[in-house]
Amino acid sequence: MAQTVFAPWDDPQQKPLIQFVGVTKRFGDFVAIDDLTQDIYEREFFALLGPSGCGKTTMMRMLAGFEAPTEGSILLSGQDIAGVPPNKRAVNMMFQSYALFPHLTVWDNIAFGLRRSDMPKDAIAARVEEMLKLTRLSKFGRRKPHQISGGQRQRVALARSLAKAPKLLLLDEPLGALDKKLRQDTQFELMDIQETTGTTFVIVTHDQEEAMTVASRVAVMDEGRIIQVATPEKIYEAPNSVYVADFIGDVNILEGTAKANGPESYAIDWGGAEPATATSARPFSDGQKAHLAIRPEKIAISAERPADAANAVQGKVLDIAYLGNLSTYHVELPTGQVIKAQSANTRRVSRRAYTWEDPVWLSWSATAGVLLES
Amino acid sequence: MRRAVLIAVPYLWLLALFLVPFAIVFKVSLSDTALAIPPYTPTLKDGFGALISGLDFENFVFLTQDDLYWKAYVSSLQIAFFSTIVTLLVGYPMAYAMARAPEEWRPTLMMLVILPFWTSFLIRVYAWVGILSTEGFLNQFLLWTGIIDTPLTILNTNWAVYIGIVYTYLPFMILPIYAALERLDESLIEAAEDLGCSRMQAFWLVTIPLSRNGIVAGCFLVFIPALGEFVIPSLLGGSGTLMIGKVLFEEFFANRDWPVASAVAVILLLILIIPIILFQRNEQRQQEAEQ
Repeated sequence: MAQTVFAPWDDPQQKPLIQFVGVTKRFGDFVAIDDLTQDIYEREFFALLGPSGCGKTTMMRMLAGFEAPTEGSILLSGQDIAGVPPNKRAVNMMFQSYALFPHLTVWDNIAFGLRRSDMPKDAIAARVEEMLKLTRLSKFGRRKPHQISGGQRQRVALARSLAKAPKLLLLDEPLGALDKKLRQDTQFELMDIQETTGTTFVIVTHDQEEAMTVASRVAVMDEGRIIQVATPEKIYEAPNSVYVADFIGDVNILEGTAKANGPESYAIDWGGAEPATATSARPFSDGQKAHLAIRPEKIAISAERPADAANAVQGKVLDIAYLGNLSTYHVELPTGQVIKAQSANTRRVSRRAYTWEDPVWLSWSATAGVLLES
Repeated sequence: MRRAVLIAVPYLWLLALFLVPFAIVFKVSLSDTALAIPPYTPTLKDGFGALISGLDFENFVFLTQDDLYWKAYVSSLQIAFFSTIVTLLVGYPMAYAMARAPEEWRPTLMMLVILPFWTSFLIRVYAWVGILSTEGFLNQFLLWTGIIDTPLTILNTNWAVYIGIVYTYLPFMILPIYAALERLDESLIEAAEDLGCSRMQAFWLVTIPLSRNGIVAGCFLVFIPALGEFVIPSLLGGSGTLMIGKVLFEEFFANRDWPVASAVAVILLLILIIPIILFQRNEQRQQEAEQ
C-alpha cells in the first residue's frame, strides 16, 4: 500500500481528539451508557449507529454538554470537559429538527453564533458569506427559515453549526427529514464539506446505509455499549458478533457446532445434509457452538451442483424479490431453513433462470462466511 | 349572490351590534340635557329637521373646560398602563413555568388559571375588600407575623386598584403567552446555548422574541378593559382614585347627565380604537408570517 490511508486509530503516535473514559450515564434506574471507553481522532467522520434507545443520542448530548456523565470522564484534546457548559465548548451541534430560529433570516441564523463571540462585525459578515457559499445558499440569505425548502433548511443548519469553526461538529440524524434521493446527494455533500473544512464530525444515525456511506469509522451500539468500532468495510465483512452481522445489511446465520478440519478451517455441523466448511482466524474448540454468518450476495445460485464449491446445499425457490439491480432469492432447505441468495442482474434482456418452486443449488466458498461465537 | 350574503352577515352583525348603538350614543352626546324621559333634547318626537338643527358639540367643548375629565383620562391611561406592565411581569413567569411543567401537569395548571372565572367577577372583587381592609386578612396576617405594628391602609387607595386589576386580568395575560411558549421548541434554546449563549442570553434572544405575539396579545387583552374599568375603582379605589369608567358612571346615574356621559364614552372609545387597530395589525402580521 503506497498511498497513505487515513487511519489515525491504528497509529499509536496519534493523540485522540475525544476520549470517553469509563463513561456511565444513568437516568434514574435506566442505564443509557454503560461503562464506555472510546477514542475519536481529529478529522474523523465517526458514526454512532444503533437502534433507537441504544444510547447514541445520549453520547452526543454528553459531547455537546446537555448531559453530564454519571461516572467517568470525557476529554476533549486531553482536557476534561465535565464542568464546561455547552456555550463554552468548542463543539457545535446540528440538531435533528435543525432548530433554526424562525424569527431570524438565514443570514442571521448563521451569524447567531459568531455574534456571541468577540468577532468584529465585518469579519462576521465575511464568515457568513463564506458559509452561505459553502452550502450553496448565497441567494437565500434574506429569507426566513419557513420560506425555504427542507433540503435548504438542512444546509442552513449545517452552515450555522460550522460557522464558528468548531473543533468538533455533532450531527444528530442530520438527514432524517430528507427524502431518499436528496439524502443520498446530501451524504456526499456532507463528506465534501467535512473534507474541505477538516472538522471532526460525529454523526448519530439509525440508518446503516448512511453510516456506511459517510463515516471513516462506524461504532455499532446496543443497550448503552459499543459492540464494534471499525471501518465500514470491516463492520460489513468482518463483524465481531451476531448482533453486528445482523444489524448491518442482510445476513444468513447457520447455527451449529464447530470441529477443526485443517489449519484455521472448521467444519460446522448445522443440521444440513453435510457440514459446512469455513475458515476462521479466530480459534474454535471442537464441539463449540458457532454461528456462520454469510451475506446473501456471497451465495451463488445454480441449477446443477457446482463441481468445485466448498459448500453446496439443495433447496427450492420460495420467493423472489426483484430489486432492479439485484434479485434476492429466498430458498427453502430440506431442514426448513430459508436462505437468502442474491445475484446481480447484469444483463438487461434475459429470461429469469429460476422461478418459484424450482429446485436449485446454493453454493459458497470456505471464506465467504464469518464464523462467530455465540 | 351567495358570496354577497356571506359577506353581508358580518357587516350586519357589526352594524346592529356596534355601529347603531354607537350612532345612538354619538347622537345623545350632541344633544342637550333636559328634564324629560329620556333626559335629553331634541328627540325624534320634535321632528327630523329640529333634531338635526338641535345638535351641537357643546358637550365636547365642556369636557375640555373642566379639568376633571382630562385628568380622569390621563389617570385611567396611567393606571391601565402600569397595571398592564405589572400583569406582564407577574404573568410571564407563570406562563413560562406552565409551559415548562411536565406535560401531565399542564391541564391541571391551566384549570387553576381559569378556575377564578367560575365565580362572579363582582364577588371576587368584593372578596378583595375583605382581604385589603384595615381589619382585613392581609393586615391581620402582617400584624401577627410582626412585620408591621400598625395596620396598612391599602383599601380605597390606588394600590388596591392596581392589585384588583392585576388580579382580575392576570389570566388574560397568562393564556396567550402560555400558548406562544408552549409551541416553542426546546431544541431552539439548546441550539442557542450550543452557539454560545448563556441561559439568560438565550432567553432574551430566542424565548422573548418567539413569544412576542403572545406578549402583545396579552397586553392588549389587559390594557383595553382596564382602561374603561368601573367596578374595581369604585369598590377598591378611594375618593382620590380618578378613573374614566367611574366618572362615566357618576355622570350617567348620579348626575343623570346623559349627553355629557355619552361624550365621555365617545372619547373613551376613540382612545380605545387606536390600541385595538394596533392589536389587529399585529394579528394580521402574525398571520401573514405564518403563511
